Amino acid sequence: MSKKFDVNDKGYYGKFGGAYIPEMLYPNVEELRKRYLEIIEEPEFQKEFRDLLRDYVGRPTPLYFAKRLSEEYNTKIYLKREDLNHTGAHKVNNTIGQILVAKRLGKSKIIAETGAGQHGVATATVCALMGMECIVYMGEIDMKRQKPNVERMKILGAKVVPATCGSKTLKDATNEAMRHWINNPTDTHYIIGSVVGPHPYPDMVARFQSVISEEIRKQLKEKEGKETPDHVIACVGGGSNAAGAFYHFLEDKNVNLIAAEAAGKGVETGESAATTALGHEGVLHGSKTILMQSNDGQITEPYSISAGLDYPGIGPMHAHLFDSGRGEFISVTDDEAMSAGVKLAKLEGIIPAVESSHALAVFDKRKFKEDEIVVLNLSGRGDKDLETYIRWGGY
Amino acid sequence: MENRINELFKNKKEGILSVYFSAGYPSLNDTEGILEAIQKSGADFVEVGMPFSDPVADGPTIQHSSEVALENGMSTALLFNQLKDIRQKVDMPLLLMGYINPVIKYGIEEFCKKCQEVGIDGLILPDMPMQVYLEDYKEIFEKYGLLNIFLITPQTSDERIKYIDEHSEGFIYMVSSASVTGAKSNVSDQQLAYFERVNDLGLKNPRIIGFGISNKETFDKACSHASGAIIGSAFVNVLRENPSRLEEAIIDFVGSVKGTKN
Repeated sequence: MSKKFDVNDKGYYGKFGGAYIPEMLYPNVEELRKRYLEIIEEPEFQKEFRDLLRDYVGRPTPLYFAKRLSEEYNTKIYLKREDLNHTGAHKVNNTIGQILVAKRLGKSKIIAETGAGQHGVATATVCALMGMECIVYMGEIDMKRQKPNVERMKILGAKVVPATCGSKTLKDATNEAMRHWINNPTDTHYIIGSVVGPHPYPDMVARFQSVISEEIRKQLKEKEGKETPDHVIACVGGGSNAAGAFYHFLEDKNVNLIAAEAAGKGVETGESAATTALGHEGVLHGSKTILMQSNDGQITEPYSISAGLDYPGIGPMHAHLFDSGRGEFISVTDDEAMSAGVKLAKLEGIIPAVESSHALAVFDKRKFKEDEIVVLNLSGRGDKDLETYIRWGGY
Repeated sequence: MENRINELFKNKKEGILSVYFSAGYPSLNDTEGILEAIQKSGADFVEVGMPFSDPVADGPTIQHSSEVALENGMSTALLFNQLKDIRQKVDMPLLLMGYINPVIKYGIEEFCKKCQEVGIDGLILPDMPMQVYLEDYKEIFEKYGLLNIFLITPQTSDERIKYIDEHSEGFIYMVSSASVTGAKSNVSDQQLAYFERVNDLGLKNPRIIGFGISNKETFDKACSHASGAIIGSAFVNVLRENPSRLEEAIIDFVGSVKGTKN
């Protein structure tokens, strides 16, 4: 099997990736690069990881045939229920994996960045589980719009530190977390929440999230008698749930991979986070990827109604999927997403995270055939977004 | 002509003082005047910061000056324009320091060519990996007579310090502690042990100490363990506090650090 979409030994997916970090971070990142594969391939690690995913996280998550949604769009829609994971989203797959890596690296403290708060909650959760100190950086604006998650992190014993610079959202929280790591290089592990950052983070996070596509294959075989769907749809901010949903289909050319990007108020409005539609090649947070930036190379402040998609870049693997044409990227506005989210609630009794609603909106933008199988990764649940739904829908 | 950085280090072995400021700060068109004042003040060379929206290795002071500079309208193109006649007024070595994204956006080769045109001697791009430099950029930098300065930190292994030394020219930027810029303001025993460790490696390049150097005391301490030091945040603070009398304030500050004033 060709491994065209795997990371190469220098940390690149095609021309994207690498480790563009200041020397201050080099020893940490290098230690991780040298050891991550060896650590996560150990049978003992795999056993601990798999046991926790099963008994603590609640995996496998169901692959649910959404009958009423399928009728509505006249195609066969399966929802991969990552919203049913402990802590309410796919993020915990990765934080369980990384905390086990951190332990084996002998680290005692954990830092993380968070946008919607799902990664922050997932990190705070595994830190509580393992008895490790936890600091989560979160944009000041995101702290306001995702208040329930801030409270959850605090109850779990984490310290939540506001990022007050720039757009005061995810990118700035990431900057602050990186600064913290520079200042505390020896005892601290940085749990990055998406498939972004310097190599080996994008690959490591994608591997932990790949449990999603591994399960989809098995479950689809049971339900449909074949392992591969015709389409897989996922939303992309940094892209961790999409990386997880796509992973075991990357080399299956018959599977169409669809990434939904947050277009905010519209791609051309200046208030958007649709990276592939608006971005160019560049370097941010340690890797070369596609970024929203000015002609002068300054990073543009992104906007989305969803705090989790409010990021000016995408992971290098996704940049490569876009650049090579392997992935189909679709821009979804705030309104399109919210309306799709409410439709799922009414048709199937599931209130999705606003992030996942972006993926759902693809059904309004693109037609699928009646006999096609479409798997949508429902990355998280909407409890944290109730206020956003209420404000948008006037309930 | 030999590169001005190499020339400086050949002629001066100790007590070298460099300062850093962000171009376009405190006001958009201050760059040229600040450089002239620095030259007058007796500092030995300068790092001109190219402001970036997401400066992960910088502390609050330099980050703030970058933000203000960008709000003022600073850009790479404008910086080159501000520097176009600088060599008629300033003859000390000039380095540009910044993050790699704006350089990539400008075009690496075009950027280096412009540097040569205006008389830049070297670059410090902290987030450019050594490997990428060696494989993709070294040839271009050399073509335009630019030195690329690398950083080392207390966490850098002896083996890697030697590797960096082998591929460096000009000097090595020795980050004094595990921190972003401007984070600490004294020199600890632990740092002194690190300076000694590096001295004992017998490197071919001279070292300049940066991060946490803010006054005569810390400068002198750094100088007793390296060829000199770089003052960033403390210098930017001087600019921030004296926007209407920059020249005087710069001359006073540099004089106080070198011990020729106050």
